[in-house]
Amino acid sequence: MRRRTRLNLNPKHVFIAVAILCFALMFLSYQFGDELSPVKAAVGNIISPMQKGINTVGHAVFNQFEKITSFNKLVDENTRLKKENNVLSYENKILLQDKYELDRFRDLYKLDKKYADYPKVAARVISADPNNGFNSFTIDKGSDDGIAVDMNVIAGNGLVGIVEEVRKNNSVVRSIIDDSSNVYGMFLKTSDTCVVKGDLKKLEKGVISVELIKKDADIHDGYEVVTSNISDKYLQGILIGYISNITMDSNNLTKTADLTPAVNFERLQEVLIITEVKEKLE
Amino acid sequence: MKRFIIITIEILICYLLQTTIFQWIALANVVPNLLLILTVSNGFLRGRKSGITVGFFCGLLIDLCFGKIIGLYAFIYMVIGYANGFANVVFERDDQIIPIILVGISDLFYFFLSYIFNFLLRGKLDIFFYFTRIGLPEIVYTLLISIFLLKLFYIVNKHLERAEKEEA
Repeated sequence: MRRRTRLNLNPKHVFIAVAILCFALMFLSYQFGDELSPVKAAVGNIISPMQKGINTVGHAVFNQFEKITSFNKLVDENTRLKKENNVLSYENKILLQDKYELDRFRDLYKLDKKYADYPKVAARVISADPNNGFNSFTIDKGSDDGIAVDMNVIAGNGLVGIVEEVRKNNSVVRSIIDDSSNVYGMFLKTSDTCVVKGDLKKLEKGVISVELIKKDADIHDGYEVVTSNISDKYLQGILIGYISNITMDSNNLTKTADLTPAVNFERLQEVLIITEVKEKLE
Repeated sequence: MKRFIIITIEILICYLLQTTIFQWIALANVVPNLLLILTVSNGFLRGRKSGITVGFFCGLLIDLCFGKIIGLYAFIYMVIGYANGFANVVFERDDQIIPIILVGISDLFYFFLSYIFNFLLRGKLDIFFYFTRIGLPEIVYTLLISIFLLKLFYIVNKHLERAEKEEA
């Protein structure tokens, strides 16, 4: 075996060279973010199948573990849910009656359905941001499955976030509870607009913040916030959550409130992606 | 060559664990920073140059998969690897306690830098809140994991060195 002739570099010089490389990369990716995305995509394409595999095994083990530990809790929950189910199914019947009535009225008014049924694709969450304090995650569907940037992501009946980056077979979703997320919302009842912001501080209490509500908006605790019609990325009328704890800002012009998201972000496993992008005004 | 492959695998495994399994067993919503442990361990066991390389690629992997700006985490990890390389000169390599302390200090430093870039620059000033919410739990959790992981890296490194010596 031949001894390799090693370049004898001074670590200090290596350090400076790599630091300059890092800054150059930062500058390049800031300036030409889109041109670099094939590189990111290539890495993502290699990594994500592995993550998918690990997750499948991990979920299976974890679920078994959870099953054992939460058995008693489940029994309690089951009885409680059964009771709740009775109440809800009764309420549902009443609501259904209302709905038929509403449909009739709508027909009368020749109104189109206000919230169209958006086409959706289901996806599995395969990995989460390794940096603590951030809430973006990758899903196992990518451009091959027709996912595109800025598609809205929902789970259950509430908004989860938005597709931020798309690769071949996976994509990155930024959730609305992320510290740097901003969503235009409006109150379903009053149509007052507001901005829903992810806030790590408030997330401690399981809420995020709602800002820039007009001073004269007639809102109360428990009002629903949905995505607004004036947002240029989010489709209209997706439920974001319910507000509470409304306070007047010190500038006396706007109000701020807390918002409990409609989606439980702990243990998010499957999400739905709405494969329709809001049309942009060019 | 052997070392190159082994370290690549180590980086991959740490990254994969950090993004998948550990997200499921996160304590206080915080994940231990395995890549940091790997960087510290390499810097400590192999010196500054190795610390720089491993740190750079660990950070780059995070940047490429989750970062908006490529190079930020590569830089942070690289600095950590470089700094830990100095400990390689000062301390005995077979020491079991020093690297754990180094992991603690490095994680504190890591928290501080990522706070500056991710929160301070966006005008979020309350460092104490972010420290108690992210920094401290991460340090504690990372330290706990590092007790086992450092030992593992130490053993792997020892075997590699023996193999290299035989080859030479």
